Amino acid sequence: MIEILNVMKKFKSVGKNGEKNFKTAVNDITLSIERNEIFGILGPNGAGKTTMIKMLTGQLEPTSGQIFYDGKSFDKNKSEIKKMLGVVPQHINFDRELNVEENLELHGRLYGMEKSERRSRINELLNYMELSDCKNYNVGKLSGGMKRRLLIARALIHRPQILFLDEPTVALDPQVRRKIWNLIEDLSKDGVTIVLTTHYIEEAESLCRRTAIINGGKLTATDTPKNFCDRLGRFTVDCEGTAGRSCKFFDDEDSAKNFASASGENFKVRRTNLEDVFVELTGRGSGLK
Amino acid sequence: MNFRDIGTVFWRDWIVLKRRLTKFIFSRMVAPLLYLTAFGLGLGRSVQMSSGSYLDFIVPGILALNSMNMGFHGIIPVHAERVYHKSLEEYVLSPISAESFLIGKISGAVLKSLISSAIIILFAEIFGADINLSLMLLPVLAINSIIFAEIGFFAAMKLSSYEEMAQVNTYILLPMSFLCGTFFSTAALPEILRFFVECLPLTHASLILRSLTAGEEFLPGSSAILAGYAIAGFFLSLYALKKSQDD
Repeated sequence: MIEILNVMKKFKSVGKNGEKNFKTAVNDITLSIERNEIFGILGPNGAGKTTMIKMLTGQLEPTSGQIFYDGKSFDKNKSEIKKMLGVVPQHINFDRELNVEENLELHGRLYGMEKSERRSRINELLNYMELSDCKNYNVGKLSGGMKRRLLIARALIHRPQILFLDEPTVALDPQVRRKIWNLIEDLSKDGVTIVLTTHYIEEAESLCRRTAIINGGKLTATDTPKNFCDRLGRFTVDCEGTAGRSCKFFDDEDSAKNFASASGENFKVRRTNLEDVFVELTGRGSGLK
Repeated sequence: MNFRDIGTVFWRDWIVLKRRLTKFIFSRMVAPLLYLTAFGLGLGRSVQMSSGSYLDFIVPGILALNSMNMGFHGIIPVHAERVYHKSLEEYVLSPISAESFLIGKISGAVLKSLISSAIIILFAEIFGADINLSLMLLPVLAINSIIFAEIGFFAAMKLSSYEEMAQVNTYILLPMSFLCGTFFSTAALPEILRFFVECLPLTHASLILRSLTAGEEFLPGSSAILAGYAIAGFFLSLYALKKSQDD
């Protein structure tokens, strides 16, 4: 459904001595995202996740490379393709001069929805997001969780086929986070393709069918969370030593237990998780098998 | 570009203006009252004109000055939408064209400018100015507002802080306010300065408005210069909008 071919983004920057140069935020990324999957883009802060989302949604032009939606070039069919995209940004970007309902109304109008359809969809989403009671509130008066739900409601007004969520649960309490995860799963069941960026490992592990890990603007690997763990070794032995914590990975539990029992008390066996994969691929680790 | 999208962008500015319309109208009364009282009645009594009163002379100047200020200040909230609130992203993400967005925003600024101009004309009549009210005033006021809305929009897309936006006011709008034939004829300026001032759009807006309020001809040369500024401003603003997300 989405084909990303050799996409690169460079920004102008100023060096220490005032010289002008370019900083590469996304470096030659090629990947594809299938219809109806929940696809995660995982990476540390500054890895290029948001830049990637901005290029996929038309907020930024790639310096080079191409993006295709259902085989159509995004560059040449931007207006048509944008109608099928919904975007939940990382930051709160409501129009502060408008109230809750007016923000949704503006969105519906921008996407060319007829008045009757717009009205019913706004009411439906306000109910669904439990925001009906505050439709006349100024957006500044909403709590963090309500703002986040309103951002999602706004992105869904025009019934997008693909929903981009950039760090959708950042700075939210665990209850609201769970609620948003449930919502994302419901949308996926309804046939919406979801592309989300996150640096919360648990979020990617719990929601995403496939995950791309990017670091320093480069695509490090793409796979399902389970395959990532299998490739690293399904069992991990945590080693607590004087030099700090380190891990060793094993394909089977017996090998891991044998290693731990032979090594001493400070060695614990557990299942490998996506966080281990993330650390291996973006930090000190030696990578996947 | 289509009218529906332009209408959507304008709708947003209209409902914000509608909510504050009473406050807006009252706030727009202050400057013309001060100008007309200080320059028209106060200073004006001691100024000898070859024909008509000084009040008749400065009303078109105040109209030109006001349409400049309202065009510029009517559009600069888009700076906060881009830099601080990030709500400009909503338009960039949507399927509407950059042209529709720009025209919608300029239309909002022109509406504010025309409401404000109507207030000045009403006060000028109350103060006893003898001015010819021609319908041709409307397009001239509108085009002058468009030019300065475009300057405001370009600055809003290029500059990154309130302080820098204030400098546009200090270095561009303020000198024009006093030198471009608003309160005195440009003929009184030294020749080099006069040549420079007569290249500026506000001078031509003042000239056309003064000619029309005196019941004289339309001045096609000045009108063509204003049209040239408006067209160039549109394309520069469009370019700045398209580049704004990359900065």
